[in-house]
Parts: sequence; structure tokens; C-alpha cells
Amino acid sequence: MTHSVPPPAVSGEAVVNGEIARRRGWGWLLLVPGMLYLAIFFLYPTVQLFLTSLYDPSGNYVQGYTLTWHFANYVDAIRDNWHLFVRSFLYAGIATVVCLLLGYPLAYAIAFKAGRWKNFMLVLVIAPFFTSFLLRTLSWKTILADQGPVADFLRTVHLLPPDGRLLATPVAVIAGLIYNFMPFMTLPLFASLDKVDYRLIEASGDLYSSPLTGFRKVTFPLSLPGVVSGTLLTFIPACGDYINAEILGTPKQYMVGNRIQAAFLTEHDYPLAASLSLILMVIVVLMVVAYVRRVGTEELV
Amino acid sequence: MAIDVARTSVTERGVSRGKPPQRNVGRWISDHLVLMIGILVLVYMFVPIGYIFALSFNQPTGRSATAQFESFTWSNWSTVCEPEGLCDSLRLSIEVSITATVIATVVGTLMAFALVRHTFRGRGASNLVIFLPMATPEVVMGSSLLAMFVSTGFDSVLGFITIVIAHVLFCLSFVVVTVKARLTGMDSRLEQAAMDLYANEWQTFRLVTLPLAMPGIVAAALLSFSLSFDDFIVTNFTAGQSVTFPLYVYGAKLKDFPAQLFVVGTIMFLVSFVFVIAVEVVRRRRARAWA
Repeated sequence: MTHSVPPPAVSGEAVVNGEIARRRGWGWLLLVPGMLYLAIFFLYPTVQLFLTSLYDPSGNYVQGYTLTWHFANYVDAIRDNWHLFVRSFLYAGIATVVCLLLGYPLAYAIAFKAGRWKNFMLVLVIAPFFTSFLLRTLSWKTILADQGPVADFLRTVHLLPPDGRLLATPVAVIAGLIYNFMPFMTLPLFASLDKVDYRLIEASGDLYSSPLTGFRKVTFPLSLPGVVSGTLLTFIPACGDYINAEILGTPKQYMVGNRIQAAFLTEHDYPLAASLSLILMVIVVLMVVAYVRRVGTEELV
Repeated sequence: MAIDVARTSVTERGVSRGKPPQRNVGRWISDHLVLMIGILVLVYMFVPIGYIFALSFNQPTGRSATAQFESFTWSNWSTVCEPEGLCDSLRLSIEVSITATVIATVVGTLMAFALVRHTFRGRGASNLVIFLPMATPEVVMGSSLLAMFVSTGFDSVLGFITIVIAHVLFCLSFVVVTVKARLTGMDSRLEQAAMDLYANEWQTFRLVTLPLAMPGIVAAALLSFSLSFDDFIVTNFTAGQSVTFPLYVYGAKLKDFPAQLFVVGTIMFLVSFVFVIAVEVVRRRRARAWA
């Protein structure tokens, strides 16, 4: 889960050195402020969220809620909103795959093909993200608008029916997700690819493997830590995002984030919002754990 | 990010040295095909920036500035602070980001040192606790913080402090991970050498360890700042009546959208672009001076 995972120790000596550097004693005290912070502002709120999800749903914002261990809240939340979960994971999944397909060539080009322009291209990858992401998403709204250039072009080449739209469709929402999370994919991929010894890739060519086989058997496996970090850093925030669905879509494209946000901030239906949040969190953590186990990388954190 | 930038200079040489002569036409095409695709993806990423830049010179005729380009004007640039609350929101955003960045960087760096340099019981559990906030969607983090603030009676003080608390929370894990990566890659023999040369622990830390860890710490701080400055989702939950810049943009989206927002967007882009390029130039100079 990092932009630059250190390379695994190659020689035995380096490992020994790493061990020597690690000392016993009072060093763990350095951890105390941060751990206290996480305990108070992350673990405790999560517990609080759990308790909130078990409030009596018949209460309301003004009169307050009572904790009645009302586990049926979860049943209600899933029954009424399961389609939002399906949609969220579908959109986030498609966006992650497309990000990988677009980000991999980009990261590969920067790592191996850019030569002296490497650092400059790297800056270009993050540069668009110096501007507010809301402004960028809003300008996508203009670009994809019914009278905008993209829709016009697609209508001209008949890829879109004359009355077809881009904005307010799933395509627009997924395109927005892809755009917004692109650097979260590209940077870890680059960090991983940059550490790959290019001579290994050459060696596969010398040993008569086609470029495709070489990529499949050498380059891609070596870049796997970056693929894992990148897909996680893209998929996790994309699942919970509601800005793209709100700006580029309509309520028909709303994701679970939209529902949580509305339940919390406009309807003040805290038990519903809390149970939706926790379901989302649990599903995401389970998916992440399963995925990391499946791909089998240890360099996660 | 800066770690990678710093590291590339070393590998760069290795890569170009190891590059073979072009073997055949197929190889040449596949080589340049990847570069072409990469450049196309970059172009795609810059499309909205071009729009923001162009729209900052737009003189909107209707109420909403997000419409098509109407006519050219400089006036948005000379009246940046005119829309009510715009510059106040920018100021608040800058204050929040700086405060959150300082706290997260200091606390996170300490944690990274503890995890990389020291061994103690519960290291694995600590790593898990640090990872969890990153695996939590922002909407969940925001809502759980709000649930806590509401249930503990803090909902009346929602504002600067609660925004900073939330921002430090999501920046912290990224700081730990970034600084950890740098510390793990560091050669501890340099510190042993310093000790051999009669530096005491504090001198070793100040003159050897800290300078070596600095690129990682700076990268972590920059990452924190940009995460914090641009955050909307968590802030929306914890801000109460306060308005940061992203919240201002969001609010403006619902009403009339002042074209000055595009000016601010353009300025933000230019300032940080120049900043990053400047850092890179300084780094190259220094690298050359060392060599």
C-alpha cells in the first residue's frame, strides 16, 4: 500500500543489517502519540458507529435515539439498498480494471521508455491533481454535456444515437471515477516497475520468448506489488465515492456513498446511515483481505 | 512520490546503459506503441485542466459559468476575491491543511521510526491498525467521526478543530507508509559508521539519520497537504458551518457558479506545478554537486 515499497533484500548481508538496525528498549514509546490518536479518533468512532447502527430506528434527530440493540437495522439496510451496493462495487470494479489497463502502459512508458524525460513525465501524472477534484469533475460535466464535443463527435460517427446522451449515464460516472483515481493507480505501478531490473526483461527476449510471453512471465509478475497497491488505492476510495455519481450521474446512478451521505446529513437517519457504513466497511475489508491473500503479496503496508 | 523522484536518478543510468540496440521492426513498434499510449493517457488527464484554464477567461452570459465558452475576458482574474466567501474559504483550507500536515507528519514520522527501527510486542497489530484507515472508504470515516462528535455532544463545536482532527486521521497512515518506505530502504551502516566516528546518538540522528530520512518526510508532508487541501467527503461530514474551498465549490455548484472558481483552479495548478518543478531543479543541482 505504498508508493515506493523498498526492494526485497537481495543479499543475506542486507537482511542481517536490517535486523541489527532494529533495537529493543523504549523505542515503542514513539508509537504512543499516533496510536492514541488512532484509538481515539478511529477505533472509538468505529465502535460508536456500530452502536449508532443499533439504535431504535423509530427515534429521530430532534428527540434523540435510544440504543436498543436493534440488529434488524442491518436487515432493513440491506433489503432496501442492496442494489446500491451491487452498483457501487460494479462501477468501482470496472473503473479499477480500466485504470489498470490505462495506467499500466503509462507507468511502463515512464519507467522504461521515457529516458531523460522520466521525472518530467512523473510530474505530469500528478500535475492535474494539483487542482481541486471538484473543479475537474465539474469540467468533465461540461465536456460530456449533451452539446459538448465528445457527445457531438460520437453522434457524428454514429456511436451514439441522435438523441443519445453521455452525461447522466453509467458511462459518465465510471469515466469520472477512472479519471479521478488514475494517479492512485499509476504511481504505485511506476514505483514497482521502476525497481524492475530491465536486464531481466531483456534476458527473456534473449531466451527467445516473444514480447508478450516476456511480459506475462517476467515483467508483470515483478510489478505485482504495484498492481496490488494500485488496484487497492483505486478500488477502495471508488467504492465509497459519491461525488462522481452526483455530478456526472442522476439518482439512477447513485452509489451507496450517496445514500450514506443523504441519510446522515439530510435525513438525519443515523441508524440507517451507520449500518450502511459498517456494511460497506466490512465488505471492503473482506474483499481486500481475500484479494491480498489470493495475489499473495506481503508488501502491503 | 518524491522518494521515487529521488530514486530514479540512480536507476536511470542503469536503464539507459542496459538498453539494447533495436532488434527488429516489431520490437521498435511495440516499444514506441507503449510510449504513444502513455502519452495519450497523459493527454487525457490534462483535458479538464485545459477546460478550467479556458473557462477562467470566460465571460458567462447566463447564470452558470459551467456552460459553454461565451466570450473572452480578463475580469475574472482581477476580481478573484469578489464572490462572497471564496477567499475566506481558501484561507480556511490553507490553515487546515498546514495544521493537519504538520501534526500528521510529526506523529506519523515518529510512528514510522518506531516500526522500522525498534522491535516490541504488538508490532503486527500496530501495522494493522495503521492500515485500517486506508482500507476505510472516506464516507465511512466521515460518518463515524460525525457519529462520535454527535454522541459525545461535540456537534456544537464542529469547525476548524474537527476538520483538522479528521484530516490528520486520514493523512496519518499515508505518512507512516511513505516514511517507512524510505527508512526501510536506508543503509543502517551509515549510522553505524557515524557512531564508530564518535558521534553520540543525538548527533547521529541529527546529522545522519534525519537528513537521510528527509526526502521521505518531505514526500509525506506534500502528500498530506494535497490530500487535506482537496478533501471533500470527510470534510463535508465534520465541517459543521465552516466552509473550506472544496465545500465552497460544492456549494457553488448548486447555486450560481462564479467563473472566479476556475481562476482559483488555474492558479492552484500553476503554483504547485512551478513548485514541483523548482524542487526537481534544486534536487538535480544538488545531485550534480554531490557527484
